[in-house]
Amino acid sequence: MLEIKNLHARIAEDGTEIIRGLNLTVKPGEIAAIMGPNGSGKSTLSYILSGREDYEVTEGDITYNGESILELDPAERASKGIFLAFQYPVEIPGVATMQFLKVAMNEQRKARGEDELTTPDFMRRVKEAAEQLKIDPAMLRRPLNVGFSGGEKKRAEILQMALLEPTLCILDETDSGLDIDALKIVADGVNALRSPDRAVIVITHYQRLLDYIVPDTVHVLYKGQIIRSGDKELAQELEANGYADVIETAA
Amino acid sequence: MNIQANQPAAKLTVAETALVEAFSAQIGDLPGNGAVAGTRDRLLDDLKNAGLPTRRIESWHYTDLKNLLRSVPEQVVGTKVSSVAPLVKGSTVLSVLQGEAHADAEIDGVTITAFRDQLSDGSAVAGLTALDKDDAIGRLNGSFVRDGLALVVPANAEIEDVIELQASHREGQVHTRFPVSFGAGSKATVVERHRSETDAAALVSSISDITLEDGAEITWIILQQQGASDTHLAQIRVKLGAEAKLRLYVVNAGGKLVRQELRIEVQGEGAELTLRGVNLLGGDSHTDVTLVLGHNVPHTNSTETFRNVIFDKASGVFQGMIKVAPDAQKTDAKMACNTLLMSDDGDFSVKPELEIFADDVICGHGATVADIDRNHLFYMMARGVTESKARAMLVNAFVAEIVEELEEEKLVEPLEEVISTWLEKHA
Repeated sequence: MLEIKNLHARIAEDGTEIIRGLNLTVKPGEIAAIMGPNGSGKSTLSYILSGREDYEVTEGDITYNGESILELDPAERASKGIFLAFQYPVEIPGVATMQFLKVAMNEQRKARGEDELTTPDFMRRVKEAAEQLKIDPAMLRRPLNVGFSGGEKKRAEILQMALLEPTLCILDETDSGLDIDALKIVADGVNALRSPDRAVIVITHYQRLLDYIVPDTVHVLYKGQIIRSGDKELAQELEANGYADVIETAA
Repeated sequence: MNIQANQPAAKLTVAETALVEAFSAQIGDLPGNGAVAGTRDRLLDDLKNAGLPTRRIESWHYTDLKNLLRSVPEQVVGTKVSSVAPLVKGSTVLSVLQGEAHADAEIDGVTITAFRDQLSDGSAVAGLTALDKDDAIGRLNGSFVRDGLALVVPANAEIEDVIELQASHREGQVHTRFPVSFGAGSKATVVERHRSETDAAALVSSISDITLEDGAEITWIILQQQGASDTHLAQIRVKLGAEAKLRLYVVNAGGKLVRQELRIEVQGEGAELTLRGVNLLGGDSHTDVTLVLGHNVPHTNSTETFRNVIFDKASGVFQGMIKVAPDAQKTDAKMACNTLLMSDDGDFSVKPELEIFADDVICGHGATVADIDRNHLFYMMARGVTESKARAMLVNAFVAEIVEELEEEKLVEPLEEVISTWLEKHA
């Protein structure tokens, strides 16, 4: 489904190389956890996958369903089914959350050649998804993410994910800033989306989230490379021993 | 220092010559009694002697009218223009078509007069003055004004339906006036709309004289939608009585060379002014909003917020002068001007000026100029919204915030529609 081959990428502005020969394959239905210490390139990887302009790919390729996506802009990637849940969701004053949800859903449908949603259909979908994530409908009338608490922002991200029905979900440190109750709600939301044709990449610093979203594979990212891959046992090993052992073995 | 600046303008520009000639050609034809004719002559003489203002005149520094007004379109006689549906559904429409007023609608209790009648009987003469030595719009309009609409709203009248003063033209020259007085305690909403049916060049001058007696509560919305070749020179003269509340909205969404002068005198204690502006600038247009606001008595409030969006090679300027008189203690005035620059070739200048002679006042101003926030853009695109759509939504949000302050759905919706239609055409 997703194949990253020998990827090298740098910050466009100053040329700092962040990703240095990264290889990763994610299959349909797979939940892949990417773990690593601060500064290893985790967030950069999520931005590069979703097409942020600030990064330049200098070598290698990313293919999605057999097709290179490097030339696609973020909106085109989104309409192909790639979704990034932001570590820090952006506040956008003046754009009502409901309006944004509707535009995003319909823009993606348009790009895929599907009909736009009718208003009742749209309302029903939002209502159902919001209930499941315990989101107060009043929140959706506010401007997008403006004045939302940390937990509300993360839930709003998962709400968008549920409504947009992506085929590849990238969760960038979705657990940061969440208390245990909010974490469970968010994890339930993600688990509800598990399906044989949908893959999830969970980027996280800690093992905690992986107790709730159980991964099929775990990959350790260090200095822009995957230095070790394994199954969920690897996450527990990291939790117990820290990253130092893995880094040493790899070096 | 150019020495010539201190001498009378010896040589007239093409536009100045055309104005002088147009005046001679129409002289027997302009409505007005002897006193009006005398005032017109004097104003035209002043215009001729001073010439159109250049950048050396401080209040015209960013709009060098002498250089920008290259020519003056000829008077076109007998042009047929139709009125259109009002901005707000259910409004009472009073139209001025190609400069000719149609004062035929009736509004309960409101006296509606064609301004040409006030010129003919001379009752309009006192208003035909220039406000100061640099008042080119006052001179131009006073010399040439033919018609307009004069409204008197009686004390305590509550006018339910929106009144739309709709000035439409096709081309040529149009000079209109709208003296409107609101009696004590009256309530009304007025839309003053200027529109063109074509993109053929026109020179429009328009002066609105708005008086709010004590306790009047008025919403006045100016919607300028002139044609792409039009020059629109407008002046809004406002006087606010005690406890009067005015919400004044100025929306510029058209024209090639636009100057909107807002001359506001807050002269009754407890008066409150809410001034909001939306300037949508595109093409190679130039738009100038110049505010001179006098807080003349103690205990008055005002807020002024302008949002500007600049596309293409458009240029704009906001000059905002707030004067607080020596005894106008407890004045509270806040001015803000925020600009979204969507093009590297566009520009916008902001010149706030505070002249405060009282010592116990709150008076502030702020200005920002920015591009679309890249984080906002990336976030929206990452959810599948195309770049152009995301930009349009962000620009729209930036100006819609101002319109939403009106709160009344019947006003907010049509104005948001005007804005989104304009943005779809220009973004």
